[in-house]
Amino acid sequence: MTAVTHLLRLDVNGSTVDVAAPAHWTLLEVLRYRLALTGSKQGCDKGDCGACTVLFDGKARLACITLAADAVGHRVTTIEGLVTPAGLDVLQRTFDEAGALQCGFCQPGMIVAARACLDRKPDATRAEIKEALASNLCRCTGYTKIFEAVEQAVRAGKAAHVGGPASLLPSGDATPAPASGAAR
Amino acid sequence: MLRLEPFAFARPGSVDEAVALLAKHGRAARLIAGGTDVMPNLKHGLYEPEVVIGLSAVAELRGIALEGGGAAANGSDGELVIGAMTTLAEVESHPLVLARAPGLAQAARSVAGPTQRTMGTLGGNVCLDTRCVWINQSHFWRKSLGYCLKKDGTVCHVVQGGKSCVAAASNDTATLLCALGATLVIRSARGVRAVAIRDFYKPDGAMNQRLEPDELLTQIRVPAPRRSSGASWSGYAKLRARNSIDFPKLSIAVAWTTDRVGAIDDATLVVSAIAAVPRVIAGIADLARGGRADDPALIARLGEQARKVTIPLTNIDGDTGWRRAMVPVFVKRAFAAARMATTG
Repeated sequence: MTAVTHLLRLDVNGSTVDVAAPAHWTLLEVLRYRLALTGSKQGCDKGDCGACTVLFDGKARLACITLAADAVGHRVTTIEGLVTPAGLDVLQRTFDEAGALQCGFCQPGMIVAARACLDRKPDATRAEIKEALASNLCRCTGYTKIFEAVEQAVRAGKAAHVGGPASLLPSGDATPAPASGAAR
Repeated sequence: MLRLEPFAFARPGSVDEAVALLAKHGRAARLIAGGTDVMPNLKHGLYEPEVVIGLSAVAELRGIALEGGGAAANGSDGELVIGAMTTLAEVESHPLVLARAPGLAQAARSVAGPTQRTMGTLGGNVCLDTRCVWINQSHFWRKSLGYCLKKDGTVCHVVQGGKSCVAAASNDTATLLCALGATLVIRSARGVRAVAIRDFYKPDGAMNQRLEPDELLTQIRVPAPRRSSGASWSGYAKLRARNSIDFPKLSIAVAWTTDRVGAIDDATLVVSAIAAVPRVIAGIADLARGGRADDPALIARLGEQARKVTIPLTNIDGDTGWRRAMVPVFVKRAFAAARMATTG
């Protein structure tokens, strides 16, 4: 049958965006090919690998097996959305410092899933971190440094005592948010 | 990249709207609950719907409650009612489920990984399509082998000369719900019906559910333990390649009740991921009655009873002899899991 195009009003990274997309497109396809938000990766494309993980009302969700039309009315946050005017998310910083990547393909999904975990449980233990990242595959690192990076973010949170991740950053570390002009 | 073929999308806001859409589109429609099973299957070309009906906005299908009880302070005499769109993540951690059917929480927690369980629903797991190493593959892959009985073809690659599909029920929660004797509530524009989950599945891997194209599963109801019981127990154990993501290579659920002095007065053992229907093992209650769940000799006898009648096929990967040998081991683990959990 011929494709049916819908006009979708989506809430992506804090912005309301109107986007025309075929009814059978996934959220991941709309993010990557309509909104140019290519941080969320298209890996297995069938819900096995976790590279496409985004936050959906604050909870981890696989964008490759979510229909874009089913995202209407929900808050979607991608890896790009974790960057605020104050700078990188603490997890983005600790993944860098811990060297928690090799090829880097799984990293956006890992960081987003770890963000969902720490939002729910800021003092997550190693076991809880492992469980929270169990839907995300990494074929390079063997996971150890990834778990260490999340633990490092937990420690940074405890040291700071208060505030969200952005408040943990030294003021000179601010990184401008990447342009997402194509989104509008 | 796995592209979906074009379809129209509808998003009803109520059960009435959903069943009206099903009545209108029938076999041309495909329901999506959490999407964790249906979406990969759509991407593999296993379904070719004209209309996809997304259930995410049907709020009345979510929630966990006790109904019809009240006499016992802890609600142990009520029926545990779970809306079909309740996520597996909600089921695995809900206090009522943990108190009344801890095995169901264990089974829900064993499905896939945490992100899939945040999306996937109990109703979706009950209605999970059967699986086989020859069918859960891309269209290109299946076409290259001339397809198979389940979709588009006329041969079975598992059973030489086989005339009926042997794809396996692979839904972790269904095994446990069969052990507990749960009931399913099914709506359509024609009305409402209730069916015992043990009668819901049929031995046809091509379509193993007795569900008409216009019907929608709305509730899963777990009965209260019989009044005479001293206590009730349930546990789940799953043979899998890794500790996350995987479907079961063997799925085993146990449920039993004890009398006032702690002896077993009824017991059920269910084995799945073998054939299209979760198998309730015959003779278990008679073997177990009067015994104790912490008696290793009794558990070994029950495990052997299950192993004798469990014949794994090459429909699921993993050596068939190994999967069969693991039956008594996982029966033991299911009993241990049940005894670790508190009971209602």
